[in-house]
Amino acid sequence: MSTTTGTPPGVGRDDLERLTEHWEEPRSLRAWFTTVDHKKIGRRYLVTAGFFFALAGLGALTMRTQLARPEAEVLSPQEYNQLFTMHGTAMIFLFATPMLFGFGNFLVPLMIGSRDMAFPRLNAFGYWVFLFAGLFMWASLPFGAAPNNGWFAYAPLNDVRNNPGLHMDVYALGLLFLGISTTAGAINFIVTALKLRAPGMSLNRVPLFVWAIVATAFMVIFALPALNTDNALLFLDRRFGAHFFDPSHGGNVLLWQHLFWIFGHPDVYIIVMPALGIVSAVLPAFTRRGVVGYPLIVLAIVAISIISFGVWVHHMFATGLPQLSYSFFSAASTIITIPSGIQIFAWLATMLLGRLVLRAPLLFVIGFIVTFVLGGFTGAMFALTAFDQQVTDSYFVVAHFHYVLVGGAVFPILAGIYYWLPKMTGRMYHEGLARWAFWLFFTGMHVTFFPMHLYGLFGMPRRVYTYRGDLGWNGWNLVSTIGAYLLAVSLLLVLIGVVHAVRRGRPAPADPWDGDSLEWSTASPPEPYNFPVIPQVHSLHPAWDERTVESTSSGATEDRILSHGRRTLFTSELDARPERAVRMPEPTFKPLVLAGALLVFFVAMLLAWYPVAVAAVAAVAATVAAWLWPTRRPDEELGVAS
Amino acid sequence: MTDRGGVVAAATGAEALTTELPVGRPTGWWGMVMFVATEATLFACLLGSYFYLRFQYGPQWPPPGIEDPTLLKPLVMTAILVPSSLPVMWAERGIRHGQRRRLRLGMAATLLMGTTFLLLQGTEYDEKLHMFSLTTNAYGSLFYVITGFHGLHVLVGLTMIGWLLVASLRGGSFGAHRHDRVRNVAIYWHFVDTVWVAILFTIYLSPRL
Repeated sequence: MSTTTGTPPGVGRDDLERLTEHWEEPRSLRAWFTTVDHKKIGRRYLVTAGFFFALAGLGALTMRTQLARPEAEVLSPQEYNQLFTMHGTAMIFLFATPMLFGFGNFLVPLMIGSRDMAFPRLNAFGYWVFLFAGLFMWASLPFGAAPNNGWFAYAPLNDVRNNPGLHMDVYALGLLFLGISTTAGAINFIVTALKLRAPGMSLNRVPLFVWAIVATAFMVIFALPALNTDNALLFLDRRFGAHFFDPSHGGNVLLWQHLFWIFGHPDVYIIVMPALGIVSAVLPAFTRRGVVGYPLIVLAIVAISIISFGVWVHHMFATGLPQLSYSFFSAASTIITIPSGIQIFAWLATMLLGRLVLRAPLLFVIGFIVTFVLGGFTGAMFALTAFDQQVTDSYFVVAHFHYVLVGGAVFPILAGIYYWLPKMTGRMYHEGLARWAFWLFFTGMHVTFFPMHLYGLFGMPRRVYTYRGDLGWNGWNLVSTIGAYLLAVSLLLVLIGVVHAVRRGRPAPADPWDGDSLEWSTASPPEPYNFPVIPQVHSLHPAWDERTVESTSSGATEDRILSHGRRTLFTSELDARPERAVRMPEPTFKPLVLAGALLVFFVAMLLAWYPVAVAAVAAVAATVAAWLWPTRRPDEELGVAS
Repeated sequence: MTDRGGVVAAATGAEALTTELPVGRPTGWWGMVMFVATEATLFACLLGSYFYLRFQYGPQWPPPGIEDPTLLKPLVMTAILVPSSLPVMWAERGIRHGQRRRLRLGMAATLLMGTTFLLLQGTEYDEKLHMFSLTTNAYGSLFYVITGFHGLHVLVGLTMIGWLLVASLRGGSFGAHRHDRVRNVAIYWHFVDTVWVAILFTIYLSPRL
């Protein structure tokens, strides 16, 4: 199934046979549903998130068609509301985060020299929940019951009097459902990075991408509960008559906004941070040197993830809060540009000091820097309260966050797709096609979104389904629509490029880029056990470091081969000193069953079939109890005294 | 730091492999700590919402028509729930020395105390529902959702403890070398107890300040 690197010296043929026997999963339908292999799960995350991205993108294309000329009638106002809400919600929750978690799932164990994630079954569970939650939300669209209140779903427009029907119930329940997956994934990343690093990979040798994923995971741990609280309260208000957001009974509509943005602003960094990690991972291979200022970038990552919790009110500058709080949040929003700037300058210095290899991934990284800096520039403008109040809820805001999110997330994701495609599929992509995709994407991006700054300043509000012809916005809107079609063509080229590589691409060598991190020391695609020998890491760039390379060939030792049983190595949290070899779980149906039971629960809650929901809760409890049930062992092994 | 046949060999030698003697913090411990961290944030958001709505509401809190919460029953409930962590700690220490009897007794005691807490909470709801409900006003919504959400956590904790008790009664489950699950349930239970103190302060004591 793969292009192996041949028998590595230092590992016996019988060791490899045993490893294959313990780790390989048969190619059967059953194995497809029971797999716990982080590489398969990672690829599934990427493909599924790509599918939701395509749906949300087609939604955007339909909206741009509607807005191409004034008073068009492609969409009704109701349809338009549902489309822009699903576009935003899906892009944020069903595309950006899961896509980057997909990269994390595939790459983190490979980059840290482990054979799987810390909790492989939880990993499989997280994927199934993500898939089901995504389908749960998208399935509402054909019924005309999709969320219709904007991705941030402000009160009081989200309450049951102003917004009857299932729309916002789908939103609240769908995001609560999805939150289970995101939280499980975040915990898994943190624990994997803390305990499963190869021996010798002390914290100062952890790849920047892994730092970024771990910082993101910590932000998820502390930010997502605010969104979950918000949605739980919303559902209680709507369905069971509670009054959290109802001012006529002592509630407060601003409570929704506070909780939403306490989550929402860290979420911007939850999306962008791993993408910045991709940039730091891609650059060394194409500049032929390590990223400049490794400790500074790590500090910047940590600083951003902390400061991001102190800036949420800059989304609420137009809500009439006390002036003093504006000053504080304005200052915090200005300060957070400093660590972001440090990273940008570190990348520029890396490119300046290195020797550039101008391949498609590097092109996308350069496109990222240009676009993201422009988005960051308008972001710094918003930190000024007075300016913010002038342009709030106009297309200027739409322009800004598309520059940040397309620039800060989609460009790096595309760079990552081309960069790691050989590792994931074992095939090389077509460079010419990739360059076409890049130039079309770069052009399409700026043609679509740059004019939005202009007609935003000219007064066009966001979220309007049409506009009058005499306001001077017609030409610029048409330009944006043309850009949107360019974007669609470029993304189609990316898709064709990926399919072409998988079907017809020439076989990829283990290390086509001469990359610096450990994933390039595995086969392409990696064996089911990732590493025949778990490396002993001696530097920040283990694949460029002879001693590390030697540790997996002539220097291989039995305690890092671990071929008896399905095993990997635990190491200490800070210095990665070896602690013990542990047995990893076998494939199982339980994650799928558990996610299925949760799907039944959320559907039953949505449709008010409460007895079914109670039964589903019982099924969830029973599955978890069976999942964690301890295997019976002899007393001597357990160490029982009485 | 090359380690060829040193510490690693000691940890992966034949004897260590069959028992997997605990060295360092296991992944399960970190997983549970992270889970509790995110759950604690959830409670922080709920309690934050309580204070936000309270201070936005105006000078009289609880709103007119609702009396200040009485203290006797919640204090009794506190006196039952908070010490219920002690048998868990005692049981965990016991199983660390391989004493299964202590594990079983401790779990049974905690199960009893936790159930008593939930029953008392039920009688409290029964009294309060005459005065106000979830749908009366924002105060009612906050009261029932916060205490109810905590009650749900007690129920989940009790399910875990019941599960541990059943597994340990079967035999062949836990011992000095294998008690990760006991430790994880203990962490969760201590968390449920600690959060109650914050709820006691917020819901019952703070309106009297």
